[in-house]
Amino acid sequence: MAALDHPRRPLSPTGRPPFPAAGHPPHSTAALMMRGIFQEVRARLSAPPRNRAQEGQTDSMSHATQDRAAPAPETDLLRWATAGSVDDGKSTLVGRLLHDSKSVLADQLEAVARASSGEGPDLALLTDGLRAEREQGITIDVAHRYFATPRRRFILADTPGHVQYTRNMVTGASTAELAVILVDARKGVVEQTRRHATVAALLRVPHVVLAVNKMDLVDYAEPVFASVAEEFTGLTAALGIPEVTAIPISALAGDNVVEPSAHMDWYVGPTVLEHLETVPVGDDAVAWEPTRFPVQHVIRSGDARLYAGQLAGGVLRVGDRVTVLPSGRTTTVVGIEVLGVPADAARAPQSLALRLADDLDVARGDLVVPAGAPPEVSRDVTAAVCHLHERPLRAGDRVLLKHTTRTVPAVIRRIPGGRRLDLNDIGEVTLRAAERLAFDRYEDNRRTGSFILIDPADGTTLTAGMVCGTPPPFVPTPHEGERDALG
Amino acid sequence: MTAVGTGTRHPVPGRLGHLDVLESEAVHIIREVAGEFERPVILFSGGKDSVVMLHLALKAFAPASLPFPLLHVDTGHNFPEVIGYRDRVVARHGLRLYVASVQRYVDEGRLRERPDGTRNPLQTLPLLETITRNRFDAVFGGGRRDEEKARAKERVFSLRDEFGGWDPRRQRPELWQLYNGRHAPGEHMRVFPLSNWTELDVWQYIARESIELPEIYFAHDREVFLRSGMWLAPGEWGDAKDGEPVERRRVRYRTVGDMSCTGAVLSEADTVEAVITEITASRLTERGATRADDRMSEAAMEDRKREGYF
Ligand SMILES: Nc1nc2c(ncn2[C@@H]2O[C@H](COP(=O)(O)OP(=O)(O)OP(=O)(O)O)[C@@H](O)[C@H]2O)c(=O)[nH]1
Ligand SMILES: [Mg+2]
Repeated sequence: MAALDHPRRPLSPTGRPPFPAAGHPPHSTAALMMRGIFQEVRARLSAPPRNRAQEGQTDSMSHATQDRAAPAPETDLLRWATAGSVDDGKSTLVGRLLHDSKSVLADQLEAVARASSGEGPDLALLTDGLRAEREQGITIDVAHRYFATPRRRFILADTPGHVQYTRNMVTGASTAELAVILVDARKGVVEQTRRHATVAALLRVPHVVLAVNKMDLVDYAEPVFASVAEEFTGLTAALGIPEVTAIPISALAGDNVVEPSAHMDWYVGPTVLEHLETVPVGDDAVAWEPTRFPVQHVIRSGDARLYAGQLAGGVLRVGDRVTVLPSGRTTTVVGIEVLGVPADAARAPQSLALRLADDLDVARGDLVVPAGAPPEVSRDVTAAVCHLHERPLRAGDRVLLKHTTRTVPAVIRRIPGGRRLDLNDIGEVTLRAAERLAFDRYEDNRRTGSFILIDPADGTTLTAGMVCGTPPPFVPTPHEGERDALG
Repeated sequence: MTAVGTGTRHPVPGRLGHLDVLESEAVHIIREVAGEFERPVILFSGGKDSVVMLHLALKAFAPASLPFPLLHVDTGHNFPEVIGYRDRVVARHGLRLYVASVQRYVDEGRLRERPDGTRNPLQTLPLLETITRNRFDAVFGGGRRDEEKARAKERVFSLRDEFGGWDPRRQRPELWQLYNGRHAPGEHMRVFPLSNWTELDVWQYIARESIELPEIYFAHDREVFLRSGMWLAPGEWGDAKDGEPVERRRVRYRTVGDMSCTGAVLSEADTVEAVITEITASRLTERGATRADDRMSEAAMEDRKREGYF
């Protein structure tokens, strides 16, 4: 196994320092600038930096033979995604993170070493698993990787940076609770960084991390980091992303990925892994949204009918008064079964089956909500969309719309500016569905506020939609392209 | 905000652990298939992943019975213990089982035995023909993205063309939990409810739910011999060659496949808890430790998947 480890640099120092006691304050632009001012003071106060290279020498092989720390039997789960422009180092970061957190097993490392062309293992190959990706040296499709530390489990989507594969980035980011957006320290914020930051904002990924990568190529210089961070936080503020944590890293050398860097004592914030381990997980927030239960399937058991589905928000209790949409009939929950086991209450995102008091006509696609807290019910929807297919989307197009568990025909009424939407375009559309839909705004509930558009001819997924609301009454404008496709 | 309702204030369950989240997600996927497809089928090999998948499917429709049949692609070189287990499970739950027999294809001359004796790649044709003949439109597989780097790229709903092929460059975007089940006649969907599970998750879930497994997953004494670094057991598929001494060893299996290419690991782990301890400390992945078929080339799995393999 030792023969596998012939890295250019020691891959990881030993003697992991203890974690900081709590989470770290967000790194606002102001905080970043303050850091410059205090840098000198702190440099004098702080202990001499650990010598990474020396420590690495004493026992640089040990990481591969150490046991993985066993994760607790039940821990919480963080879903996160990488983002950023092509070659900014996303896959290398992921490889480094997996490697330094000891989540790479010997045979995987051996396979990667065999496939690498350079002297050391190319850690990006841990996720770039397709033949075409390895031939071209880029990521084409999302790779999902799974790893755990004693504190938390992670589901990671490593996404492609190439503009042509933006749809795959959207796939990876749609369920993420956190996105790490990488920027090459030498290049700064580029067009694809903006695009991915925009997608993250649109998808409302709750936490955004900026990783300023390849710090090794800019002498680990703080001003480079500070200027990239400032430009980026300017961008994210404009996009409405509330908070960004900025971390200077070298994915290749491992600085501030798992272990604190020995080259950047001016940085006192968390490493990437420390941040991933401590960022609050959104499960509670999901559970307390207004209750939403899309019916997936009707289970018949003798004379009884149970409505199966997964809670998409909030809690349900036996005895709750509920309304079934879009019909609008109200009834009472008389039983909850969580996968065959009776329960008094359930919370999102549990899958369960409901028994209702009255014999209503409830079918797949209906939405059960608390009586008195209904969402919007309408055939007309305005949404922010990301177009995902080579075939453009135009006003007048007839599509299928899948929203929660309901699929209905719909027509695109209007695309502001009369534009058509091409592959990877982000825009707004107004559409009308053949039946009434019960939906929330995407910002209020990611599940009841999202939909996809499907080409009825061949089933292709065309567009991802995030509901903004119902459109204002249509006012014709003289502008040619603003014409309502229905009128 | 709290839920609106006039019901009694039952206490709400606490925050969900990762196994609950994974279980709930898998059940959601299984029920989506029930909602969107006419003729789904569950691939069932008796391996731990398919056992867990079946367990989840049974829970998804409780108290009603499972609305799908099972399909086993029988290489003819299976572990007898696993076939016995399969038949017990089918009987216990009153399920319908289809068997696609590789042996029959070999006997009829429609498939030719490979020189190395492995029948793993031979499973693809019987699988695809059984799918076509029975017009199955959704085929559940127990594949996990964690298993292998080509699988790591696969969608939960993975469209297969009329030749059963997987084209990694033409995968549909898959957003949120909105799975697109649309397909043209002749195409079918492979569906992977365990996409986001790891080997450890599977074992912890088996422990939590007290799920019965074929006994070969636990340490037992067996005649084995070493070939290319793998402990193989002699059987109908073949025997040790000269220079491959057969020894009696205490072993267990980490994966269950065709006997000709599934290796045992030396192990003392004879309970679920001991297995969990063992795999937590293991420095090899399950496929790396036990599968000869994946060692053939860097892209062996991708190539097989392109041809229609599981
Ligand atoms: N010097 C240096 N090189 C790096 C660093 N991180 C990544 N690289 C190199 O940058 C190149 C691109 O890295 P990848 O990880 O493949 O980039 P990516 O962002 O995943 O690219 P796509 O997935 O194709 O968008 C590789 O040659 C890496 O070795 C770093 O911190 N320092
Ligand atoms: Mg990459």
